[in-house]
Amino acid sequence: MNPALLRPEHRLIADWIADGARVLDLGCGDGAFLAELQRDKGVSGYGIEIDPDNIVACIDRGVNVIQANLDQGLSEFDEDSFDYVVMTQTVQAMRFPHLLLDEILRIGREGIVTFPNMGHWKCRLQFARGRMPVTRHLPQTWYDTPNIHMCTLDDFEDLCASRDIAVLERAIVDSQHRAVIGMQLLPNLLAEIAIYRIRRRR
Amino acid sequence: MTEPNPESSVGLVTPRIEHFEQAIELDCGVTLDAYDICFETYGTLNAARDNAVLVCHALSGDHHAAGYHSPDDRKPGWWDNCIGPGKPIDTERFFVVCPNNLGGCGGSTGPLAVRPGTGKRYGPDFPIVTVRDWVESQARLADRLGIDTWAAVIGGSLGGMQVLQWAIDFPTRLRHAVVIAAAPRLSTQNIAFNEIARQAIRSDPNFHDGHYYEHDVIPEHGLKLARMVGHITYLSDDVLHTKFGRELRAGKINFGFGVEFEIESYLRYQGESFVGRFDANTYLLMTKSLDYFDPAQAFDGNLTRAVAGCQARFLVISFSSDWRFSPARSREIVRALLDCDHDVSYVDIESDLGHDSFLLPIPQYHKVLASYFRRIEVQA
Repeated sequence: MNPALLRPEHRLIADWIADGARVLDLGCGDGAFLAELQRDKGVSGYGIEIDPDNIVACIDRGVNVIQANLDQGLSEFDEDSFDYVVMTQTVQAMRFPHLLLDEILRIGREGIVTFPNMGHWKCRLQFARGRMPVTRHLPQTWYDTPNIHMCTLDDFEDLCASRDIAVLERAIVDSQHRAVIGMQLLPNLLAEIAIYRIRRRR
Repeated sequence: MTEPNPESSVGLVTPRIEHFEQAIELDCGVTLDAYDICFETYGTLNAARDNAVLVCHALSGDHHAAGYHSPDDRKPGWWDNCIGPGKPIDTERFFVVCPNNLGGCGGSTGPLAVRPGTGKRYGPDFPIVTVRDWVESQARLADRLGIDTWAAVIGGSLGGMQVLQWAIDFPTRLRHAVVIAAAPRLSTQNIAFNEIARQAIRSDPNFHDGHYYEHDVIPEHGLKLARMVGHITYLSDDVLHTKFGRELRAGKINFGFGVEFEIESYLRYQGESFVGRFDANTYLLMTKSLDYFDPAQAFDGNLTRAVAGCQARFLVISFSSDWRFSPARSREIVRALLDCDHDVSYVDIESDLGHDSFLLPIPQYHKVLASYFRRIEVQA
């Protein structure tokens, strides 16, 4: 993998994905992650993207890309048609994250979801000062941010529990992709990015 | 006059004609014993013969897709902005073939051709041809040119339908299928517009049941009306408003039925310029071919099953303001391909220019095409 091209969490996710799997990448950006997975793991699949420049970048890389607005659902995909549906740092920008999670687990055997943790101490510090957090991962101000549904690790896990979603695995990283001392002990305080592997309870 | 620019133009081109003595049995049951296919080519077929691209034309198109026929030509071929050295379909890499379809009026056998043994033109007796018939005739042209597998087959609108049919009928003979501003079949509304066009032509007193050549007239009025109504469906409400608004030619209302609004003048101009270059019987045939196109029909109406055997990689493109073949129609194609786990990319280009967008050099559209074609592997 070329780490320069990828977000820190992509490496971790790649480790979770079985060789030759069928992957749907929601909000696939410039397609770099899918291209790497295709090359290194022989996966097949598609990216979903809405930004015109990113779509051209995907085509440049030979990644199958479908232009679609995730907020309008994923009705063109059949039930259980993918091994993994991946969504990196996109859930918080969705209009109805809980409905999209349902969609992810309808069309995918497993879902892999990452998001910036609003419970991180830097966020909490800014809240304590009476301000909406602005961090490296959340650089926009409250009025121009696309991130309209922020949550913490605990919030996300509550949502999963209430919707019969099993958390199969959880990884947490800071922005440098380092394991911070005590992170396993106080994940909700120390994780900047949360990575979940989830599945529908049956 | 536009000077042919050797840097980005294929320059002067001469159409070629291949004669086929091989009978072709058409979908309608009629057999054509012999026929001509008129076509143009741009670029050079490489030694491996793996760099050929087939361009399928739309309703009113022909084989003249790029370049100029003479240095005095006012306009280049209909897709010159897309085909040429350094253009999205780069003739430095690809050998591009664009045939005029059977039943056309650009030089391939059609209503204007003389029917063997009669000394008279086919006229209205030329059999109705379908998209499948075209694809079959194009495959024979490929055989003749020594092209076993197309690097890509590409087309917009009715041309896109031919691409889809190619991928279904000859799955191993194309590596890439680029389907632009198309639909898996016409909507009822599409057929309704076609019927108005046909009625306009057929009710013209000069039509003579299609035998107008023998009367030395053409159903000018009807063909003009057909083109006018067609043209409205090619453009969006927004672009008509932006281009013409409610501008009055004389600056004031004249309380009459002459040309008053700019849009009226524009439509009349479009109609008139069409009459000089297009045959009414061909127009009737082309609209029928559109109406009949429905590759899913042979599979109980199931498009997914129709495309199940396709092997080409697909690029499907739609335009946001196209209401003739809307993005939703392209997504029907994409969905069927996804159901089969086929390789497909889908792009909806933001454009306010309506269905006609597929002919225009919209930057995002050409970027997508250029990127896609750059990825197509060909030997040096």
